[in-house]
Amino acid sequence: MTVVELNDIRAWHTLLLLILFLGIVFWAYSKRRKKSFDEAANLPFADEEQHKATIKKENMS
Amino acid sequence: MESQTTYNYKVVRQFAIMTVVWGIVGMLVGVIVAAQLAFPDLFLWDGISWLSYGRLRPLHTNAVIFAFGGSALFATSYYIVQRTNQARLFGGPLAAFTFWGWTLIILLAAITLPLGITSGKEYAELEWPIDLLIAVVWVAYAVVFFGTIVKRKVKHIYVANWFFGAFILTVAVLHIVNSAFVPVTLTKGYSFYPGAIDAMIQWWYGHNAVGFFLTTAFLGMMYYFIPKQAERPVYSYRLSVVHFWALVSTYMWAGPHHLHYTALPDWAQSVGMIFSLILLAPSWGGMINGIMTLSGAWHKLRTDPVLKFLIVSLSFYGMSTFEGPMMSIKTVNALSHYTDWTVGHVHSGALGWVAMVSIGSLYYLIPRLFGKVNMYSMKLVELHFWTATIGVVLYIAAMWIAGVMQGLMWRAVNADGTLTYSFIESVERTYPFYYVRLLGGALFLLGMFFMAYNTWKTVASGSSEEADDAIPAPAAH
Repeated sequence: MTVVELNDIRAWHTLLLLILFLGIVFWAYSKRRKKSFDEAANLPFADEEQHKATIKKENMS
Repeated sequence: MESQTTYNYKVVRQFAIMTVVWGIVGMLVGVIVAAQLAFPDLFLWDGISWLSYGRLRPLHTNAVIFAFGGSALFATSYYIVQRTNQARLFGGPLAAFTFWGWTLIILLAAITLPLGITSGKEYAELEWPIDLLIAVVWVAYAVVFFGTIVKRKVKHIYVANWFFGAFILTVAVLHIVNSAFVPVTLTKGYSFYPGAIDAMIQWWYGHNAVGFFLTTAFLGMMYYFIPKQAERPVYSYRLSVVHFWALVSTYMWAGPHHLHYTALPDWAQSVGMIFSLILLAPSWGGMINGIMTLSGAWHKLRTDPVLKFLIVSLSFYGMSTFEGPMMSIKTVNALSHYTDWTVGHVHSGALGWVAMVSIGSLYYLIPRLFGKVNMYSMKLVELHFWTATIGVVLYIAAMWIAGVMQGLMWRAVNADGTLTYSFIESVERTYPFYYVRLLGGALFLLGMFFMAYNTWKTVASGSSEEADDAIPAPAAH
């Protein structure tokens, strides 16, 4: 009896994780996210000013 | 009235320089233990227990993983979290505390491990008082890192920070759970967990030390420095999001593959094997994302040795994350386990991936931290790249061949069921490969000396904007 219930939980759990994974994929690849992902992807190139100010302040250059 | 934001580069510089120093120390100990295996009679200190293989080997692993790798991660995570969130490090003197605390931990490890003070848990050898200190420093690290993200000036949290954040959180949990000791004396504690449970906890820790410390965190490095050096955003930000969630949720369960054919329940071994096999997908997704960032700019690989380090590190990452799942299959593991194949696999990841992505990132980072354009000599960076690459290839090829040979010799049986070879026969046959491995490791270490010299000259050189190979300013047009 308990064994059967445990296996049911395992099956549902597997299915739940699959749905969760597919959810993440659909969310990540949805058109709606494109703009904000593009913004995020360019963050490494957005702060030269602060970097230069730091070097200048510390008199490194 | 708000003044211009500036970053805390001091702690980044300290960790960056110490990465080079600890890299040399850790790899030198590695070369010494490799020499001890290749030439057991060579050493005059034979009989001095402090310098015996069994004491130096954990010193090597701790030094390269936690001193070299750890310092590289502190340096790059503190740099990246500031730059991508456009905020100065949170917590004021707490960042300096993490530097001095981490340095103290490394020094304590360097003293206690040769003395034979060890918990005996692989990659968690340090005894309980040092473990407590690690926990304190790590919590401070988490406060500084997440505090900086909280006070960010931008809307999004760049993907590299997600990888570093997962690494910091997970390592905290792993370390605290696996270091649950019952202290007996100041230098001896016993594990809180009994028998097979202790083994499972240990390798849940051990594999996630690989998965989060040596993989997830270095992927954070990759997601910042490859776009920066290639001067273009990552190939697919969407893929990086899927990569992140798939990787962190899968790695957690792969640990039992370290305990195939042991007292661990069979089902747990199978779970570990299946999750290890699944790991191939997110691992290669990340590798492809990094390499394809160069799409349309492949020519840069020809001339830029920093990019060579970064991209070749991803190639080694791809190789070892294919090899790992394969070795986790029980029937393959029956051949590979306890042989030098494992040692080859680890070093293809540790030297090829972890060390080379760190070295490439540092070659980007060091000149910028000191207000320079480039390293003192890019030719020397190029030489370092080839020395390191040839070193890794010699090392892992030798250990692959040695490992498969050992596995086959150990399982060979005669018609009457007796073993064909004694163990010592397999050791004798391994000697040629130990020589090649020693050569490969020594080459890799030599490259680190090039790096130390280059770093010294870069930091010391007075000129800033005029690097030795800077392109002359083009005439007005």
